Amino acid sequence: MLNLIIIIMTAAFVNNVVLSQFLGICSFLGVSNKIKTSLSLGGAVIFVMTIASAVASLLYDFVLDPLGLGYLQTIVFILVIAALVQVVEMFLKKTSPGLYTALGIYLPLITTNCAVLGVALNNVTDGFNFFQSVASGFGTALGYTIAITLLASIREHISENDIPEPLRGAPIVLFCACLMGMAFFGFGSIG
Amino acid sequence: MSQSMERIYNGIIKENPTFVMMLGMCPTLAVTTSVINGIGMGLSTTAVLIVSNLVISLLRKVIPDEVRLPSYIVIVASFVTVTELLMKAYLLSLYNSLGVFIPLIVVNCIILGRAEAYASKNPPVPSLFDGLGMGLGFTISLTAISFFRELLGAGTVCGVQVMPSFYKPIDMLVRAPGAFLILGLIALAMNALSIRTKANDMVEGGGCAACGACGEDGKEDETAC
Repeated sequence: MLNLIIIIMTAAFVNNVVLSQFLGICSFLGVSNKIKTSLSLGGAVIFVMTIASAVASLLYDFVLDPLGLGYLQTIVFILVIAALVQVVEMFLKKTSPGLYTALGIYLPLITTNCAVLGVALNNVTDGFNFFQSVASGFGTALGYTIAITLLASIREHISENDIPEPLRGAPIVLFCACLMGMAFFGFGSIG
Repeated sequence: MSQSMERIYNGIIKENPTFVMMLGMCPTLAVTTSVINGIGMGLSTTAVLIVSNLVISLLRKVIPDEVRLPSYIVIVASFVTVTELLMKAYLLSLYNSLGVFIPLIVVNCIILGRAEAYASKNPPVPSLFDGLGMGLGFTISLTAISFFRELLGAGTVCGVQVMPSFYKPIDMLVRAPGAFLILGLIALAMNALSIRTKANDMVEGGGCAACGACGEDGKEDETAC
């Protein structure tokens, strides 16, 4: 149990998926205008990434590895993730239309968020078992949500200030990400 | 012939995937810690781009429109797996230092973007050169970023010491935050030159829909890098 908590904490803070592993940068920079939308996206990512880690881990341990087809993992995982997002979308649409509307376009976007595929592949590389994979998927998604929500709250404040013309848009956001990266770098010494 | 040259020029300068289109940011930030890694990542992406563009263009009349994106993903994923296995066999040290980012070429926006925007509508030869141009543009950008990061962050280029011994390397530049800083400075320089790039659109709120890879109708289900 302690082992699983350590995996979650490491994935969420020490090896933050966005700020130290550079996965999912596109949505991190693109969908961080408002705290509310960031939280919705974070929720959707937590949901999908936890399930995707579980399914990918089971598939690898019980199908790919016994058959000696480990080299097919990239193809199999991306198809599983795409199918999974589709299923989750249809399921939510049927059972909880409120949540479905709240997540909106972010749900299908997750298919090619490289963080999801990255975690599934890393779990195999690290030799995690089923429970460890689920913990790592959940922790990584938690770290993603924390990072994107923090950036969104910084950007909400920035938008009220007068910024020099050339810094507007991409540069100021990248500099903020740089400073956040340095702050998260401090967690490294704990690990 | 002139059309082929035009495609290459387009990929390297006019629609440079990194600096103009701001696509494929994850590998751009992650692997540019040294020049060797930057070139290695650029060239392996180029290889996948050329072959997948060619095959998708050849199959463009066979693949039904409704299932085109899953089909493209399968084609790209197959070639990425081939590249991965070849690198593991012949370039083991590069394979180890690029790590998970080799299989992640599958979800690189540039490749699906070119498949959707160019290869699915054009004959094989121009598509091949389009892939070559885009790949070279990506390679050159990665090499430029990694050159600055390695030079200032470690005082070396391709592992060879070039800075004088009294230069104290800025260690942070080869760590994670340095990637954001260097890219931010490049974006700042480009803004200051008042080049209207898609970068602003991307960060101002278009998200991946604006990054072009989703096709012209802004279908967002296939690209979030």
